[in-house]
Amino acid sequence: MLLTSQPSTDPSPNASVPRERNTTLPGLITKIIFLGVVLAIGVYAVPLLIHYQMWMWLGIMVAAVVLIFVIYLTKRFIPGKYLFPGTAFLSVFLIVPVVLTVGYSFTNFGDGSRSSKEAMIAAVQTESFKRTPDSPVYTLAVGVEGGDVADGPYTLFLIAGDDPSQKVLAGRDGEDLAAWTGQAPTITDGRVTAVPGYKLLTARQINDAWANLQAMAVNVPGGSESGIKVQTPTQAYEGKSSIRYDKANDQLVSDSGQVYPNQVVGTANCFVAPDGKCFQGKSWLQNVGTKNYSRLLTDSSIRAQFLAAFAWTLIFSLASVGLTFLLGFFLALTLNDERVRGQKAWRAFLLLPYAIPGMISLLIWSQFFNKDFGLINQLFGIDVNWFGDQTLAKIAVILVQIWMGFPYMFVVCTGALQSIPGDVKEAARIDGSTGLSTTFRIIMPLLLISVAPLLVASFAFNFNNFNAIQLLTQGGPALSGQFTRGGTDILISMIYKQAFGGSGTDFGFASAMSVLLFILTGVLAAVQFRITKRLENLT
Amino acid sequence: MKRIAVIAAAAVGLGAGLTACGGQSPNRGEADLVIWADAIRTGALEAPLKAWAEKNGLTAVVQTVATDLQSNFVTANEAKNGPDVVIGAQDWTGKLVQNSAIVPIQISAEGVSQAAIDAVSYGGQTYGAPYAIETLGLFVNNALTDNAAPATIEDMVAAGQAGSAENVLCLQVGESGDAYHMQPLFTSGGGYIFGTNADGSFNTADVGVGSAGGIEAAKKIGELGAEGVLKNSINGDNSLQLFNDGKCAYLVSGPWALAGIREAGLDFTLSPIPGFAGLDPAEPPLGVQAFFVASNAKSPAFAQQFVNDLLADTTITRAMNNSDARVPTQDALAEQLKASDPILMQFLDLAQSAKAMPNIPAMEAVWSPLGQAEAAVVGGADPASTFEAAGKEIASSVQ
Repeated sequence: MLLTSQPSTDPSPNASVPRERNTTLPGLITKIIFLGVVLAIGVYAVPLLIHYQMWMWLGIMVAAVVLIFVIYLTKRFIPGKYLFPGTAFLSVFLIVPVVLTVGYSFTNFGDGSRSSKEAMIAAVQTESFKRTPDSPVYTLAVGVEGGDVADGPYTLFLIAGDDPSQKVLAGRDGEDLAAWTGQAPTITDGRVTAVPGYKLLTARQINDAWANLQAMAVNVPGGSESGIKVQTPTQAYEGKSSIRYDKANDQLVSDSGQVYPNQVVGTANCFVAPDGKCFQGKSWLQNVGTKNYSRLLTDSSIRAQFLAAFAWTLIFSLASVGLTFLLGFFLALTLNDERVRGQKAWRAFLLLPYAIPGMISLLIWSQFFNKDFGLINQLFGIDVNWFGDQTLAKIAVILVQIWMGFPYMFVVCTGALQSIPGDVKEAARIDGSTGLSTTFRIIMPLLLISVAPLLVASFAFNFNNFNAIQLLTQGGPALSGQFTRGGTDILISMIYKQAFGGSGTDFGFASAMSVLLFILTGVLAAVQFRITKRLENLT
Repeated sequence: MKRIAVIAAAAVGLGAGLTACGGQSPNRGEADLVIWADAIRTGALEAPLKAWAEKNGLTAVVQTVATDLQSNFVTANEAKNGPDVVIGAQDWTGKLVQNSAIVPIQISAEGVSQAAIDAVSYGGQTYGAPYAIETLGLFVNNALTDNAAPATIEDMVAAGQAGSAENVLCLQVGESGDAYHMQPLFTSGGGYIFGTNADGSFNTADVGVGSAGGIEAAKKIGELGAEGVLKNSINGDNSLQLFNDGKCAYLVSGPWALAGIREAGLDFTLSPIPGFAGLDPAEPPLGVQAFFVASNAKSPAFAQQFVNDLLADTTITRAMNNSDARVPTQDALAEQLKASDPILMQFLDLAQSAKAMPNIPAMEAVWSPLGQAEAAVVGGADPASTFEAAGKEIASSVQ
């Protein structure tokens, strides 16, 4: 949107040329509309972002709006007018996720540690509020005397469900539950429906006042220390919390006196149960420093799996790029010869694998490779356990990669071949070069200049080609003794399993792995470009 | 630039995946009560929910979260963008409690299957309102075998091999395993997942996968693999189809297979899954579908009221059953359905011998290693060392 609504009226960048009147009416209107839309989005979004306390996005939003106004209203930042939209989107969609991922890699973010310590303690107390065994269920009405329905103070009018005399009990915050001594209330179907002098809350009002009602402490007399809890808009029950938080010693204490001290388990703090594990597996979001990274580097099993996956990732990407290129190049070369009849038909035919959506191709191929029911074994009358054996599964993955990737290389090579002038070949022929040596000594180097950057890009793409693995083999087959990595898992699919699969979600650790992967990809790309550059210099 | 773009695409994909994995949260709109469910249950719940809401003077909607409902729910609830109620399976309970995503409820257990309530209870509290159960049974293609109710696995194999079926048994093992569908065989061989403490809770220090019983089960499973009764090539994608095409004499599956089998017009029988001769009876896993109340519900009172009303009578559950037939947890509803769908209700009998898989978060560390080990043994790996390794892996990740 930003790109298309670029004002078309930028002054000429050449300052030495006298400026012309450069604001046309349509241009001006476009600019006003564009800035108006930007302002409207900002005005709409800012209160929402404040409401949801998304401070980072608020900062980005405000900065973006201010920058857009500064850049497009003044005449000082002419290159900025063209660069800003792209740069802004790049920062938001690239740099922010990277920053967040790096940030998470220093935390224990994952299952049981998504929220703050306070929220976790509050949740433990809610969850441990247990109904007193064999206690009655009360019908409930909530009333306010003069006060307002949103804030209270509230009076709970209860009738025990098993009480045939329908005695009305009343409870207020901080007081004991006692028999109602005020004016006689109206009782319908065992529930108080009107009390003189009181306004009774509707279900909707009870819902709105829920947090206040849950916070009420209405004690049940008799020394059991239990209280009344509102359960639904029409019911309440009696019970007590079996775990409390001992703030002074920073620990949880149960009814029976069991203490859960705040200690480190694994990489992070939590309240530790006697069995040495976190109480109910709960912890809270906290900074763990570089512990995720040190685990990655020191845990021998994880390190071994990571390195094995890395080695296979390299082979997978190199083989994918190399073999698809060779096949594509060969076909392009063959079909580029004028002696081939029906060139167009052949080319269209060869593009077919490219025309089928990759996801569908992969899912179909995963069925084709089935040992007992797959097309491949049945067609060739063989009994190859494609996905059951690590090496065969890798071969299957590469075969599918070739099938899916060669049309791209074919198109690229065909284009590059056609751009090589015919007189080069002509000159080679006159100089006595044979067909084969012309191809390898003249055509190939010329072709590589234009194709090499694409090969590098293709390598980087395949390096993180998650779908090619997940949809085909899901990383399988399982390897004995390794439970995160499967036989065909590349780094990115292994990280996915770590973050979302198998043994619970561990975003912090998976983030640390992704950061490492990010660095690896960057280094590899840099090396490749150095090689490409050298190639260009040679010619 | 191209290179940066390519690396960027990869990084963004991952970063977005990690940071915004709750990308599928539907907007809650103005409704008083919002329930999240998968596509099938949404359809079944819509009409009865509307009726319930109207009766109470409220508005309520049920929204579909097609994929990863559990993790989307946890993420959205944490961000206070979630629903009031979510429909999930009993094995979510521990993980949802671990993430403080749900709150206890107080439902009347009268006339409701105690096993189902136990399955959604955790740490002494009931968290879910269970409305349907499911378990695995043995579907028999009567055209392909004479023995419609084999007493032992050995009988089943003999009967299957005597018949003309291409495959004796369709049991989805796959290359990476399926611990859920393998559970009857694993338990019959003497395997268990976690030991139990005196108070009935699970003892995660006692991992049964690599125990003597577990290895005994693994050996039995390996034998079936060597005989070609269990196959890695039969997986979740083709198991039902193979049975429906008449290529398997027997099928291990649940109530969800019924519709397809009926459509295929097979002459079939539903029987209990047999155990190995001379060993323990097979113990199929019990699955429970339940309504959970979100901890960050916008309408906590209505949510509690809804789960309370759900099992108080059969109005809602009966209506849901009309469009999505399931085995009910309520005795009253089961009684009503016995006449209309006797085969579905047979699962109710099968469920008597079923046992709910543990609902503790540690289970997450079990599924994949156990399934992988079973798949490997079916494929010919050494049972003892494979299961010992899997047991060790589970023990180390639940620590």
